[in-house]
Amino acid sequence: MTPVVLWTDALIFALLAVASAFGWYSRHNPLLRSAWQKVGGSRAGMAALTLLAVFAVVGLLDSLHYRPRLESAGGDGERAVYSGEVLSALDALATGLRSRGEKTYSAPLATHLFARETVERADGTQFRAHPRLRHGGVHLDDPPAQHAADLARRFAAGALSGAAIWMVLAGVVALRLARRESVGLGVTWRRIWRGDTAVAWNAVLATFAALLLVAGPVIFLADAYHVLGTDKVGQDVLYLALKSVRTALVIGTLTTLVMLPFAVALGIMAGYFGGRVDDVIQYLYTTINSIPGVLLIAAAVLMMQVFIDTHAQWFATAAERADARLLALCFILGLTSWTGLCRLLRGEALKLRELDYVQAAQAFGVSQWRIMARHLLPNLMHIVLIAVVMDFSALVLAEAVLSYVGIGVDPNTFSFGTMINAARLELAREPVVWWSLVAAFVFMFVLVLAANLFADAVRDAFDPRIAARVTGADSGVKG
Amino acid sequence: MIAYIVRRILHALPILIGVNLITFALFFVVNTPDDMARMQLGVKRVTPDAIAKWKADRGYDKPLLWNEQAQGSARLTDTIFFRKSVRLFVFDFGRADDGRDIAREITTRMGPSLAIALPTFLLGLYVTVSFALLLVLFRATYFDLWGVVLCVAMMSISSLFYIIGGQYLVSKVWNLVPISGYAEGPDALRFLILPVVISIVGGVGSSTRWYRTIFLEEIGKDYVRTARAKGLGETVVLFRHVLRNALIPILTGVVVVVPLLFMGSLITESFFGIPGLGSDTIDAINAQDFAVVRSMVFLGSVLYIVGLLLTDISYTLVDPRVRFE
Amino acid sequence: MRAHGRLLLIWLVTTLATACGQTWNDPYAAADSGANILYSAFTDRPKHLDPVQSYSEDEAGFNAQIYEPPLQYHYLKRPYTLVPLTAADVPKPVFTDAQGHPVAEDSPRLAFSVFQISIKPGIRYQPHPALAVDGAGKPVYPTLSPEALRGIHAMKDFRHTGTRELVADDYAYQIKRLAHPRLHSPIFGLMSEYIVGLRELAETLRAEDRRMTEQGRAGEWLDLAQYALDGVEVVDRYTYRLRVKGRYRQFPYWLAMSFFAPVPREVDRFHAQPGMAEKNLTLDWYPVGTGPYMLTENNPNSRMVLERNPNFRGETYPSEGQPEDRAGGLLADVGKPLPFIDKVVFTREKEGIPYWNKFQQGYYDASGIASDNFDQAVRISVEGDANVTPDMEKKGIRVETSVATATRYFAFNWLDPVVGGDSERARKLRQAVSVALDWEEFISIFANGRGIAAQGPVAPGIFGHREGREGINAQVYEWENGRPRRKPIAEARRLLAEAGYPGGRDAASGEPLVLYLDTTDRGPGDKSRLDWYRKQFSALGVQLEIRGTDYNRFQDKVRKGAAQMFVWGWNADYPDPENFLFLFQGSQSRARFQGENAANYSNPEFDRLFEQMKHMENGPQRQALIDRMVAILQHDAPWSFGYHPKDYSLRHEWTGNVKPNQMARNGVKYQKIDVDLRTRRRAEWNQPVLWPLAGLALLLVAAVWPLLRSWRRREAMTAT
Repeated sequence: MTPVVLWTDALIFALLAVASAFGWYSRHNPLLRSAWQKVGGSRAGMAALTLLAVFAVVGLLDSLHYRPRLESAGGDGERAVYSGEVLSALDALATGLRSRGEKTYSAPLATHLFARETVERADGTQFRAHPRLRHGGVHLDDPPAQHAADLARRFAAGALSGAAIWMVLAGVVALRLARRESVGLGVTWRRIWRGDTAVAWNAVLATFAALLLVAGPVIFLADAYHVLGTDKVGQDVLYLALKSVRTALVIGTLTTLVMLPFAVALGIMAGYFGGRVDDVIQYLYTTINSIPGVLLIAAAVLMMQVFIDTHAQWFATAAERADARLLALCFILGLTSWTGLCRLLRGEALKLRELDYVQAAQAFGVSQWRIMARHLLPNLMHIVLIAVVMDFSALVLAEAVLSYVGIGVDPNTFSFGTMINAARLELAREPVVWWSLVAAFVFMFVLVLAANLFADAVRDAFDPRIAARVTGADSGVKG
Repeated sequence: MIAYIVRRILHALPILIGVNLITFALFFVVNTPDDMARMQLGVKRVTPDAIAKWKADRGYDKPLLWNEQAQGSARLTDTIFFRKSVRLFVFDFGRADDGRDIAREITTRMGPSLAIALPTFLLGLYVTVSFALLLVLFRATYFDLWGVVLCVAMMSISSLFYIIGGQYLVSKVWNLVPISGYAEGPDALRFLILPVVISIVGGVGSSTRWYRTIFLEEIGKDYVRTARAKGLGETVVLFRHVLRNALIPILTGVVVVVPLLFMGSLITESFFGIPGLGSDTIDAINAQDFAVVRSMVFLGSVLYIVGLLLTDISYTLVDPRVRFE
Repeated sequence: MRAHGRLLLIWLVTTLATACGQTWNDPYAAADSGANILYSAFTDRPKHLDPVQSYSEDEAGFNAQIYEPPLQYHYLKRPYTLVPLTAADVPKPVFTDAQGHPVAEDSPRLAFSVFQISIKPGIRYQPHPALAVDGAGKPVYPTLSPEALRGIHAMKDFRHTGTRELVADDYAYQIKRLAHPRLHSPIFGLMSEYIVGLRELAETLRAEDRRMTEQGRAGEWLDLAQYALDGVEVVDRYTYRLRVKGRYRQFPYWLAMSFFAPVPREVDRFHAQPGMAEKNLTLDWYPVGTGPYMLTENNPNSRMVLERNPNFRGETYPSEGQPEDRAGGLLADVGKPLPFIDKVVFTREKEGIPYWNKFQQGYYDASGIASDNFDQAVRISVEGDANVTPDMEKKGIRVETSVATATRYFAFNWLDPVVGGDSERARKLRQAVSVALDWEEFISIFANGRGIAAQGPVAPGIFGHREGREGINAQVYEWENGRPRRKPIAEARRLLAEAGYPGGRDAASGEPLVLYLDTTDRGPGDKSRLDWYRKQFSALGVQLEIRGTDYNRFQDKVRKGAAQMFVWGWNADYPDPENFLFLFQGSQSRARFQGENAANYSNPEFDRLFEQMKHMENGPQRQALIDRMVAILQHDAPWSFGYHPKDYSLRHEWTGNVKPNQMARNGVKYQKIDVDLRTRRRAEWNQPVLWPLAGLALLLVAAVWPLLRSWRRREAMTAT
């Protein structure tokens, strides 16, 4: 295989690097450090962080792309030939989910197709029946009799393995804590249980318990069934949902990442320099702000589309093209959402400018840029951080709405918006096909809820007063 | 005051010019006039002649910015930019690419949009502010805690789910209101109840939380302590003092959107079959009818600027200390 | 707290008050319940109602009830047959030479086909202000001053209306309007090739229009009666003659479309008055016809209403039909005057879910256009008959099917270096893909069986289409158990290997074969379809790259011949094989000549046969020619013949005389409704479920009650 680095992959890893750098920087900055400790002590915050970390792992696995090598055809095999299909580490892990497609809809854990079809007997006569699935529950000889027992067995096995893994995990945490604090394991355990630790380990472990109790059975069941059913063309819904996680994360994080430089630079410059610079920057963001968000996004997305179409030769594979569109969407969303943060930073910079040490630095003749970088920026970091975490959930929700309007991600991209839109029509079916919608709902709800809770914890820890001034970035995109 | 308003309007001009330039650049890069013609003329039997004719009829056969062939000022005015974009400044929206009169369309569609947006806005404001006050009244109790949890949970649900779920349950399973449609006059109520309720429910989470933080911030201030020290009851303090003082931050966030209510809501309107401006905009985006989209962008910007102006004016009404400079 | 309670109460009371006396979810006004009204829906707003400009199906749904061209399709008979509408009979061509002398059909001197059309006397227009005359016979509204127009916003604001008899002049006037410089007729390009003098007339008119603009009279009325059109001659009050270039047997089919409906000169003049267009008082918005209905409310954003034309002449229900029509109850009303229904209300329904649900609740009488949402309602029985699900059957819902005179295809661009051209390699490759694309599966997944896998381009129900064994595409199908069966994928792989791509890899270079599909499917709902295509190609080992673009870009690519493969469709203008086979004519190439041959296929042998087939009368000879042409196409495989979509329309048991007709859109006049049954059923199906409301109220009380108590306690504490 040959690794493929898509643009968003590169940016995601860049983001990871930035985050690590920021983490390292926080350790040595007493203010930030104490704020992070506050976050660590928040039970809701840590539970949310745990969930987000799991989502992030899924997203990161899905960002390690490669093109598989084709088996050599002629035998001479001088030159490796690679498939045009771009896969990710997640695809490799979930090969079973990806490849075991059915013909069309099947309900969660079903053994038969959802709709009746005309089936031909060996003698050529035909009758109507729910045909057996190609993969779901094929190992059963007599599904009606064995189905429930098989499900129960797999569920129990999964739950038990989940519980076992959780115990190991809990043991490791307790051991490390015990060693660090040099107290007995029992004492540590009781402390964790009572929430008597600096980091809310009880929340983390409880979240893991819940996660593992769900994931264990799912993994065991997914081996032989479609846990969340299949969609119209028979793709496993669980797979679709897992693949959608990356898109949501990309939209939620990269959008803010790409807009940050503008927002921060312009906001600080406007506040610090004032005068003409301030006028120009204010003019810029008022103008962009005054254009209805959806329309600006629609126009920009259509333009991107044209650009991608006219430069088709730049993109070797469909994955690259879809990726370009995803990235473009991030840029465009960023373009429309930087104004809020910019205004906020301008206001803060305006205040900071008057502070003694900044005045002193000016008096000493320190260069303007240096003052901004060394004295203003660090003191505005917490606002930036809060804006980033608070924007995340709004952006994930915005993606779904934009996809509805037809200006969202490429149809080749898995995303919650695509899922909801496809599922929307399924509700009108009789009987109702509910699983895609429910799957999208649950995944999205958990992700956004975790993001919101984490954002709250971060905000409370860094600057509780700022909430009243941050009104969210999504006002333009809201339906 | 009038001088102030006039000055503000003059300030708005450069912004509108900027909006105009941005949209013009965006839309004419996206779609050449040829594309527009083909889009409108359909699939079957489209000849180059027909395209040329379509363009000529709608004035898309002119050069974009500078007309070499024309004389004098016509060099500037006889261009697509002048005819299609600059004319928006006098609210001359012209005709849509499919031939409709956009101004007429806007005036007829404004009513239904307002019919849904105004009750949503007012009732929503009423419900969320009351709920937030209630949470603050019972702050640091289980009610407050669970109320906030409920809010966070509600704002984590995509608006699409509220609409899809609400329509499915209320209209389909329970047969309580018509699924979609619109009627003029008092009959409209039956059609409006569901979309209004759903829109309010969809927005209640984030707004309540926002108001709650504002109230909490206000409640920690000195004057509240003074009021309490005077022996005023908690309810009186909350409703008389806190609410009034919290009006300024609330107004900042709220008044700006009032004029934009005219634009309607894109998704609610299409789902519920309400013939407002929002659903028209969606149609225009899908049909790539850029004449309409351009007009809506311009209208939206104008309304936004009006909203900013209204915000400033409303400050003076609630807070006499603020003066026009 | 009290305020909340009051609000809830007000809400409940108002809901109850408005819902009183009817089901709560009835989307129509209470006054209309029990009236003889047909309820239907439309999705896209009609753009044009001017008969010269309108071409889309949605618009035809309205226009066909209002306008009456000389001919129409028989409502019941199949295959589709032309019958007179306002004409006395279906015109037969008379062939002449350049000087106008009659010649035999096969004469080399043949220059023109002449059609003489006589219309029935006594047909009258709907009441309209343009036709209003005073006692002296002068028009009431000859010149409208701005003052007179002040209070007028819609056509119904004019106080006086009038009518007059339909005359041949009106038809001639409309045909001239095809060449009108200010109107865009989609068929002008085509018709100017046929109708003698139409192109010249267009040039004259364009020059005149330019002259008027230069004189500062832009937009003033252009009286077409003052310009002659060579090809149209009004013989007397009720007769006119059309002269068409060459031999064109298919021409009468065009005479069944609203392009050839009558438009009175008075109406044209009326609308051309200054100030009218500004107020949107145009023919494009307010159609004027002689048909059974007239448009009385035009609000394309939400509602269109047709009402019975009081001056309608009393056409009667047809007396003949197919043998099965008698059993189907379609011949119960023979000879009764049309129309049966007083009013038709079309409601705009953009989203599928509300549309479908309202139909199920009984608020739409029929599902009109078959849409994706109706998939699950219909099941195909063993015999291949369509049926509704048991639940729906209990509700009395019926299904009507008809195969559309249309085809959906997967085209290979003939100009493409990989898949196109006349080489054996490319042909094998195309054949392999044709076998691999399992259209039967496509139909069953995406159309729920609503379609017939195509064996060739000609749709069923049209002359030239072959059923059964001799009709199958031998390159792709085998005949087995009395049914065509798609060849196994191994066959496709073999063909691919023969084409030089064993296992989907170029035998020479070892590179994987990558093919490109251009599509306009890029909405989120289209993803599953794209996945399906990819799945089909991966079964061959070929990688499919899908390029989703917007509609314009797609068209542009196809027009430039830059698209490698694409999926497209064709809806027949008229039921003649010529209208399908011309899609392969070399001279129709899209990339070379901007024609309708989007695949740019070219084969001299095919073209030669086409010219021969084109003007023949239907018969064994023509069939033989068509068979040969189709065989050529099957072998060359410029298309993977996709499928002919089937239209399933669902209707409730209270509707009657419904028979889907693919060619004619003017079927409303034949339909009838059992209003009492409908009222009963609606009431039965839509009983409001009230417990959720009660539950909600209880929940509120349960939440508020403890709060109230704790608040009281607290207030009491601060007071002490």
